[in-house]
Amino acid sequence: MMLGRVKGCVVSTVKHPSYEGKKVLLVEPVSPDGTPKRGTVVAVDTVGAGDGDIVLVASEGRSATEILGFSTRMPLRSVIIGIVDHIELYRP
Amino acid sequence: MKLGRVVGKLWATAKDKKLNGLKLYLMQPVDESDRPLGSELVAVDTVGSKEGDLVYWVGGAEATFPFQDRQIPSDVTIVGLVDRLDLAEDRPA
Repeated sequence: MMLGRVKGCVVSTVKHPSYEGKKVLLVEPVSPDGTPKRGTVVAVDTVGAGDGDIVLVASEGRSATEILGFSTRMPLRSVIIGIVDHIELYRP
Repeated sequence: MKLGRVVGKLWATAKDKKLNGLKLYLMQPVDESDRPLGSELVAVDTVGSKEGDLVYWVGGAEATFPFQDRQIPSDVTIVGLVDRLDLAEDRPA
């Protein structure tokens, strides 16, 4: 999973049917201390994330198929699967 | 998934037959401010993109699954056209 900050949402009319009715957000990758990194990701929200939230994005393996309950595999890879409340870093 | 800008079209007569009938575009991955990220990619289109469109695309194994009845040999597939980006920083406080 990847850590990121929600920057906004994608408004889209013409899209693959697997994206119908889903909230599609823009997520900027961040390091654990909150420093932004380049490479904005487009991810489907499953937890009610909003602007500025630090979120967990899964883009590996069969995460999206499992979480969204598709019966067949779909061209959808990145899903927001958690909103981070707190991170504790062990090194100073 | 990531954002991209369609920057060109590509034709290939000799290709895997599973790509027959599909449109190939040159697509530049971009961030939300339209700044390029890395180099251009060749993408299979599934949504009727046109040159200059802002799109989102999927990579990896999921790129092979746009159709119910068959898998396609693609590792970059365009799956949506962006109407607009609603960015928090652009909204009035």
